[in-house]
Amino acid sequence: MTIKGKAYIAGIYEHPTRHAPDKSTAQLHAEVAKGAIEDAGLTKADIDGYFCAGDAPGGLWPMVDYLGLKVRHIDSTETGGCSYLIHLGHAAEAIAAGKCSIALVTLAGKPRTGVMPPRAAGAEADFEAAYGATTHNAYGMCAMRHMHDYGTTSEQLAWIKVAASHHAQYNPHAMLKDVVTVEDVINSPMISDPLHRMDCCVVTDGGGAMIVTTPEIAKSLKKPLVRLIGHGEAMKGPRGGKDLDLTYSAGVWSGPRAFEEAGVTPKDIKYASIYDSFTITVLMQLEDLGFCKKGEGGKFVSDGNLISGVGKLPFNTDGGGLCSNHPVNRGGMTKILEAVRQLRGEAHPKVQVPNCDLAIAHGTGGLLGVRHAASTCILERV
Amino acid sequence: MAEAKKYPAPVTNPETAQFWEAAKAGKFMIKRCTACGEPHYFPRSICPFCFSDKTVWEESSGEATIYTYSLMRKSPTGPYAIAFVTLKEGPSLQTNIVDCDLTSLKIGQKVKVVFKPTDGAPLPFFTPA
Repeated sequence: MTIKGKAYIAGIYEHPTRHAPDKSTAQLHAEVAKGAIEDAGLTKADIDGYFCAGDAPGGLWPMVDYLGLKVRHIDSTETGGCSYLIHLGHAAEAIAAGKCSIALVTLAGKPRTGVMPPRAAGAEADFEAAYGATTHNAYGMCAMRHMHDYGTTSEQLAWIKVAASHHAQYNPHAMLKDVVTVEDVINSPMISDPLHRMDCCVVTDGGGAMIVTTPEIAKSLKKPLVRLIGHGEAMKGPRGGKDLDLTYSAGVWSGPRAFEEAGVTPKDIKYASIYDSFTITVLMQLEDLGFCKKGEGGKFVSDGNLISGVGKLPFNTDGGGLCSNHPVNRGGMTKILEAVRQLRGEAHPKVQVPNCDLAIAHGTGGLLGVRHAASTCILERV
Repeated sequence: MAEAKKYPAPVTNPETAQFWEAAKAGKFMIKRCTACGEPHYFPRSICPFCFSDKTVWEESSGEATIYTYSLMRKSPTGPYAIAFVTLKEGPSLQTNIVDCDLTSLKIGQKVKVVFKPTDGAPLPFFTPA
């Protein structure tokens, strides 16, 4: 049993807003759902599967009712920012099993306008909550140890932001459109050592959605055909404190599973959407996915190697979370959307990868330095 | 001198109550599985490695080294250093490094446990040894 080629992404939509004080969160979900349904050339009545995560107000019950859906398959897998990458894999499983034929996945929220609700606490709460782990310092701890073990430098991390900024200048919706230099990044204020302000992603209101469907239905629609050919998911945590190693992510497990199912290797990939909550997130994931050896990520990302038209691995050509959009502090959906644009040939001409027929969308969710999930999707243009 | 930072009291539960009772007596406890021999932290009744229920409490030396850390430069309660430290007995755990110059921390540095009061049981932190 495989999901290879059994599900197509027929509709995508990224909300153009980056600040939405005048809209409700449920409204944003509805707007991105409408956008993705219309992009696919479908109607709401066609939707028979719905996927949402922790950002959906109240979860599945109120969202399905609010949107007016009548579905026969539902999934509210919640793994932070990579939830939507996992939803894509799970939607493909459901479609392959005949549980639904047209699935809608939505993400939306307003962290720029208001405070986000706290994460639910697990069994570890009494033993960790008081120490103030945040995204900044949890990822900072990974970067600190990576630098210690492999000699990775702030300048190397800065190149990731530089590459993202080169792409963001062409995205009219990007929150940050200015091209920045390595010096700009390392001279920006230190937030949580060794991460500077420009090592961190933006905080934006907004959202995105996609429609996942069967090969037959996708072929009956008008959009270029993009299908999922490999998917992997995994989780990693301190696991009782044994053999702690914060220099790798759960991508070391999700990546090989996805590549094996797809029957391709990192060398075959023409475009990479890599979750960029922080610069260190990108560097570790590139290593974990096998684009370079563990510890050589710093060298790999340097000198513009991630810039479209310049380097060997064009990444996050929409400007990514570092410059364009990070709706609800969750980057998984926008990673899929830009990969689909690249495969359709709909990316901005200045960043479009020529003949882009194979792409990866990968991300983590949760806190990289504490507990997180990872998911890898290999996408192909047919 | 700024007022001492106020930490939340542990909620505690039947599985971890003994840890917090020992903390009140200044003892830092870990759990060890007598089936596979592995120590772990935070404490579970069932071993996270071999899934045996033969786990027992053991007092840790409280001696550790810094595995990694990050200095949060700003927060509503001022700068603080979050860290993972590795106990002499083996397990690594999340904590804050306290009562020292936070700008001179180093990976590999030796630290020791120190308890800070709350409205309930005291919380374990680490400070340079």
